Amino acid sequence: MNISAAIWAMQAFNGLSTFCVLLLMALGLAIVFGQMGVINMAHGEFLTIGAYTTYLLSQVSERWLPALANWYFFVAIALAFVLAGALGLVVEHFMIRKLYKRPLDTLLATWGLSLIMQQAFRSTFGAREVSAKLPDWLMGSLKPTPTIDIPINGLVVMGLTTILTAGVLFALFYTRFGIDVRATMQNRAMASAVGINTARIDRLAFGLGCGLAGVAGAAFTTIGSTGPTSGSLYIVDTFLVVVFGGAQSLFGTIASAFTIAQTQATTEFFMTGSMAKVLTLSLVILILMARPQGLFALKVRR
Amino acid sequence: MSGVLQSVRPSSLRPSLRHLTTVVFEGQRRRENLYFVVLAVVLLGLFPLALDNFHLNLIGKYLTYAFVSLGLVLCWGYGGILSLGQGVFFGLGGYCMAMFLKLEASDPASTSIQSTPGIPDFMDWNQLTSLPAIWVPFKSLFCTLIAIPLVPGLLALALGAAMFRRRVGGVYFAIITQALASILSILIIGRQGYTGGVNGITDLRTLLGWDIRSDSAKTILYYVNALLLLGAVALSFSILRSKLGRLLLAVRDREERVLFTGYDVAAIKTFVFVLAAVYSAIGGAMFTLQVGFMSPSFVGIVPSIEMVISAAVGGRGSLFGAIYGTLIVNAAKTFFSEGFPELWLFVIGALFIAVVMIFPNGLAGMDYARAARTVLGWFSKLGKMRDGGSGRPVVAVVAPVVPSQPRIKVEGQ
Repeated sequence: MNISAAIWAMQAFNGLSTFCVLLLMALGLAIVFGQMGVINMAHGEFLTIGAYTTYLLSQVSERWLPALANWYFFVAIALAFVLAGALGLVVEHFMIRKLYKRPLDTLLATWGLSLIMQQAFRSTFGAREVSAKLPDWLMGSLKPTPTIDIPINGLVVMGLTTILTAGVLFALFYTRFGIDVRATMQNRAMASAVGINTARIDRLAFGLGCGLAGVAGAAFTTIGSTGPTSGSLYIVDTFLVVVFGGAQSLFGTIASAFTIAQTQATTEFFMTGSMAKVLTLSLVILILMARPQGLFALKVRR
Repeated sequence: MSGVLQSVRPSSLRPSLRHLTTVVFEGQRRRENLYFVVLAVVLLGLFPLALDNFHLNLIGKYLTYAFVSLGLVLCWGYGGILSLGQGVFFGLGGYCMAMFLKLEASDPASTSIQSTPGIPDFMDWNQLTSLPAIWVPFKSLFCTLIAIPLVPGLLALALGAAMFRRRVGGVYFAIITQALASILSILIIGRQGYTGGVNGITDLRTLLGWDIRSDSAKTILYYVNALLLLGAVALSFSILRSKLGRLLLAVRDREERVLFTGYDVAAIKTFVFVLAAVYSAIGGAMFTLQVGFMSPSFVGIVPSIEMVISAAVGGRGSLFGAIYGTLIVNAAKTFFSEGFPELWLFVIGALFIAVVMIFPNGLAGMDYARAARTVLGWFSKLGKMRDGGSGRPVVAVVAPVVPSQPRIKVEGQ
């Protein structure tokens, strides 16, 4: 196989990796922001919770339960979901619940929450980035040909993204809960009138979104280290992904994550990483200026 | 209902009503005029007399942020448009000024040790051999002074016109402006040779040969800054008192109605967004002059949102509140970052949450009488607990004077 084909394949894989990262981040936000219209600026910190959970669990398993060392990762994913989701429920109860009618104020309050959480992480885990000790089977890479090198952790993240996305799509479109969420989103008064407990749906949906962020954080430990501000680095990109896709459309979110990731990965090949990011974000903003409703707009009566 | 028309043209009202509105507006105007005089006395008299040079310069630095807060009051408090990218405009204004000062500081004589004398030092370090084209206009002070309001103003105009024409508002606008802040700070940090990178543009010395680092120069710059700020406040009031100001409020509260009445809502919103951008740019330019450098740390997402919180703490609906709020928040920031840096994020985070959940109108809009009653109420409860729960209330004022009304519980509220 010649070199250029190998470069092309690696480039495509890089794009797919970025796509999975963006999509994992955006999934939770697509529910919280896309479906419920809540701006949760602390979304990145829920992700960090998942990442730190994984880190702690890797430490615990290394020290006391070496038998678990190979499989702790799956426990970590579940625990990350539970912890981040539970905290999401608490935050919803004390803060978000009272601000549903003031979206801009929600933005400010959750930004404050994110600052507090960041400092709490820093005070607990220190300012330095930490990495979870990965089980052996996650290390290494596949080599289909001598020139192509596909890391296994990237493949695992991709698999996880696929499963989660399918799960969220299934939950939203084929379960009672999903029908209730969509009904509440599309017409709150009517949903309430037919007997849906909209306050409960709001709470559960917010918790689910935060839990998904936690799972994304757990997945991220396989490809990078975790610091107190890791989550906040992605928050703007993630919001852009959801807005660009058309806020209420989950398929739009998937498509927009794919588009943005591929643009980023392709331009990164030609210029420095930061310039590629500037170019990608500027393109997204320019497109949004021309088409503010995003790629896939869902018609909703307000 | 012709509510909008009536509020715009009081002369068309019935005589009795016209009298009433005149009285209301007159009272408010007189109060605002008084507050303006108080502000002028505080800025021009109290601070320079009471503070030494170092602290006066610090206040001067905070006052440059007050320009941003003023703009935010107009565009967020009155217009309902939350921009999370005011740092972009602050930074553009500041960078325009810094580019001029940097070019003056790097004349061929003092940069003779560089491999290319006559260009700023960071360009030389980044192997640039000639001045980039975007830097050339900033050789002249005249062009710089035009560029300071023009560059951010045009950016705001393009963004505002595109977004508001398509009726994008609220959270989408906030997110897009935030992305803009992110883009600009990445861009500045990434193009080190053109912008000085993450260090920014430093080592600024003179303005047309006048040393801006001396104590006397800093005092003069403080006064210039304070006068500009007072001018901005006066201009804001003249706008708010005009028909445009009332339309702005109407747009915030009932956008559709204003639209159906035949007004160009997008133009009104764009105007106020551009005005806020120009204010921020002036603040940025004054910041560069007073502090002596400009860096991307004043451009990105975090500084932009800190400027929003300053305005919110002071009171998003009050021009004066925004100025005092900016002073308080920034003084608190300096205090905490020097003494207890790890506490600062907790404090400002709690401030964000409190300003939204507890006092949404900020310090200026707080009901102090009610707050005092609440606090007294806590003390009285505390007193009761000390008495073993049987004692009478310590503070008698707390008891409601209004006969209690039957409470009607509304289902679902």
